[in-house]
Amino acid sequence: MAQQLRPSKPADKQPKIDWSRRQEAENFAETVKLFRQGKVDPDTFRRFRLQHGAYGTRMTDDYAMVRIKVPAGQVYPYQLEKIAQLSEMYSIGSAHFSTRENIQLHWVILEDVSEIMQSLSDVGMTSREACGNTVRNVMCSPLSGVCKDEIFDATPYALAIARFMLRNPICQGLPRKFKFNFTCCEKHGMIRIVDVGLLPQIQEIDGEQRKGFKIFLGGGLGNKSFIGHQLEDFTPVEDLLYTSMAVIRIFDRLGDRKNMARNRMRYLVNDMGWEKFRNLVLKERAIVKSTQSVIVKLNIDESINEIQRPISVSNESASVPDGFARWQKTNVEKQSQGGFNSVFIGLESGDITANQLRSVAEIIRDYSAEGFARNGFSQNIVIRYVHDDDLKSMYSKLLETGLAKTGSLTMASAVGCSGTTSCNLALTNSHRLAKEVQRKFLELKLDEDDDLKDSTIKISGCPNSCGQHEVATIGFYGGGGRYENDMFPNYTMSLGGRFDEGSILGHHTARVPVKRVIPVILKIIELYKENKQSDDTLSRWIDRIIHGNESSKINSVEDIKKEINSFLIPPKVEDEPDFYMDYGSDTSYHTVTGKGECAA
Amino acid sequence: MNNSSMSIIDSKILREKIKDNSIRIVDVRREQDYQLGHITNAVNLPLAKLLADDSVESIQKIAQDLGISDETSVVIYDDTFGALSSRVVWALQYIGHKDAKLLDVTFSQWKALGYEISTEVPEIESATHSIKENKDIMATAEYLEKVKENKNVIIIDNRERLNYLEQHIPGAINIPYRTLATDGKILRTKEGMKNLLKNRGISEDAEIITYCGSVGTLSGLAYYALKSVGLPNVKLYVHSFKEWKSLEKPIDKQENANYWDLSAE
Repeated sequence: MAQQLRPSKPADKQPKIDWSRRQEAENFAETVKLFRQGKVDPDTFRRFRLQHGAYGTRMTDDYAMVRIKVPAGQVYPYQLEKIAQLSEMYSIGSAHFSTRENIQLHWVILEDVSEIMQSLSDVGMTSREACGNTVRNVMCSPLSGVCKDEIFDATPYALAIARFMLRNPICQGLPRKFKFNFTCCEKHGMIRIVDVGLLPQIQEIDGEQRKGFKIFLGGGLGNKSFIGHQLEDFTPVEDLLYTSMAVIRIFDRLGDRKNMARNRMRYLVNDMGWEKFRNLVLKERAIVKSTQSVIVKLNIDESINEIQRPISVSNESASVPDGFARWQKTNVEKQSQGGFNSVFIGLESGDITANQLRSVAEIIRDYSAEGFARNGFSQNIVIRYVHDDDLKSMYSKLLETGLAKTGSLTMASAVGCSGTTSCNLALTNSHRLAKEVQRKFLELKLDEDDDLKDSTIKISGCPNSCGQHEVATIGFYGGGGRYENDMFPNYTMSLGGRFDEGSILGHHTARVPVKRVIPVILKIIELYKENKQSDDTLSRWIDRIIHGNESSKINSVEDIKKEINSFLIPPKVEDEPDFYMDYGSDTSYHTVTGKGECAA
Repeated sequence: MNNSSMSIIDSKILREKIKDNSIRIVDVRREQDYQLGHITNAVNLPLAKLLADDSVESIQKIAQDLGISDETSVVIYDDTFGALSSRVVWALQYIGHKDAKLLDVTFSQWKALGYEISTEVPEIESATHSIKENKDIMATAEYLEKVKENKNVIIIDNRERLNYLEQHIPGAINIPYRTLATDGKILRTKEGMKNLLKNRGISEDAEIITYCGSVGTLSGLAYYALKSVGLPNVKLYVHSFKEWKSLEKPIDKQENANYWDLSAE
């Protein structure tokens, strides 16, 4: 009876923008054929493939990784269901959520990529310009629109920029890739480590409240990383497009097209010097403004998303499910809208099975009053507009499908790039290591520790920073170590990285053998506990050490080094053979790499 | 009907013919599932019964006991995306039966469509079936090894991608069984299937050998899918990879990558 009283579910919300272009799939299939017949040379084909979002795979030309763009991270239930199906048909039965709000399908046979593109068109999605020297997926904080600290919702602007740039001739052949990040506030976005980072601002001009942004330029992580510079005090929204175009035009004109290792815009900014670059941008903007026709403008859709609680699923007689309090504490963020919450679904290194994707789709339909989800910045999914009264029921649903891992908003949710699971450049299995770290943290219930809440762990499988290790409180990048005649995976550890208003790159501290990474992290936590002040956090403690402001027994990076030194000495191979093997491998370690195309 | 243009039975059409006694509907699920309800007029053949004895005589007896004569039109379904029933189709074809087809939906999908089911077990009048062994659709390990280097031969592994990456018969290509299906149907459209083959560069006159993990079910579905778009020369390696490994035949793998760690299973 009760079942019948429930209102039926509303129809799926439809996205406002169709990003696809159907004929691209057929064109891709044809070009693959020509490439296989030797009628398209490998370099031309590679550029074409990347432009269409198909990235190379470790040690083979037979497979590709398809990176599906999710502009501003907005993804709809039926799109997730389609991706679930595609992962079973053409990939490994799991999909991967990246750090840049993309969804990736790995180990796809190159000849099948066009079938995926075709199916993505059915649900309005695209992989176009997800790789290659283009404007990559335009990101927006998963909390934009619901964050308590935001000035206004940047989402419509992120979507408008994404729409303007996609397939636009001005960014089809840039010197290197180009990234936009929009945020809600300093804490939830990563605006200082991308080419263009944007923070909403409101300024009173002539007695009128004007929307605009603080724009940061020339940041980025990689083999050499830089923190972005603020262009000017305030950029009104009317100048958003002109400024973006001006920056892209300068990069296109002056960026390095020869030296692959130094051709991101941050190198141009660094070589030229910020002041000179800044003046160029301002001058270029004036030119763009005065020479563009009136039809060149952003199409900003500020229509309000309908908020409608789908069904009343609360059941007052239901008991509190086990683990609910811990989950709520570490995975749920209160929204600025009273009574509503944003629920973070943590995934191990961003991986999710096809069946879990289907459950997420169903849970969005059942619990989100906005009817879609947002991809997060840390290989996770955020379901927003969940009513207070529905949290327990939603938690039970998540538990059933293994999606209720705690600690999503804490240090426990370690980020790991794809590493040797699929990437040509990787030296170590960073992907698996991040999973191991997360499992250990949850086992020890460290996700519940408030002192660790604002810290992060991020792991890359090589120096190229796809795992964003340089902005982590404790970051690692992979390499090879050697003891006598034997090699072992060896991670360089950096401490004190931040991506908020105090953005700073981590301080290289020590080289840590892979099987000692977890013990070293735990040792650092132990040192912190012994030396912390009242009301302290691990990240603040490390921050003081890095800046020379700590006065306890451990007051320099050197002191930390001394304390962890005993972990860093390799044992003899016969004493501990496991030390010489990477996670996920039962043979002795050796490094193998191929040609890189840069992934995240 | 001609095997090389074998097609699939539309559930709407079966529904109309359900009472037609010239059709034998076979339910390839476990007996207890069958007893709880099956498509009206369907008889039960648990796959285990077929697999228990491989001989043509055994298949013949099963057919006869189910009332299948040389002329009977047979429609087969299961609840395992068509993999079990296509293995039965193959077995019937192996003894020379010409008219065995898959239903285009699974039992669950049939039920969800609201079509008739029943718990009544139909009376079966046994029939006579001849044996005309159709060796052209069977591949053995020995045969596979002999022809695998031939240019015109394509070996298709229908297991999931990770299993294939980890180990497969040298030279085999991978078409996971899920690739064969589409929304709400056990097989994609003919056009969709042809497009997949075209993209993969599989020519229509190739000799194709399909295999999967152990008993030729997933690869049976691929066998059926390929036959149903008109490919004339498709063989099923019935004992599949399990036998290949036990015979210690050569195996290939994708080296130097930890792809298993990308799975969230």
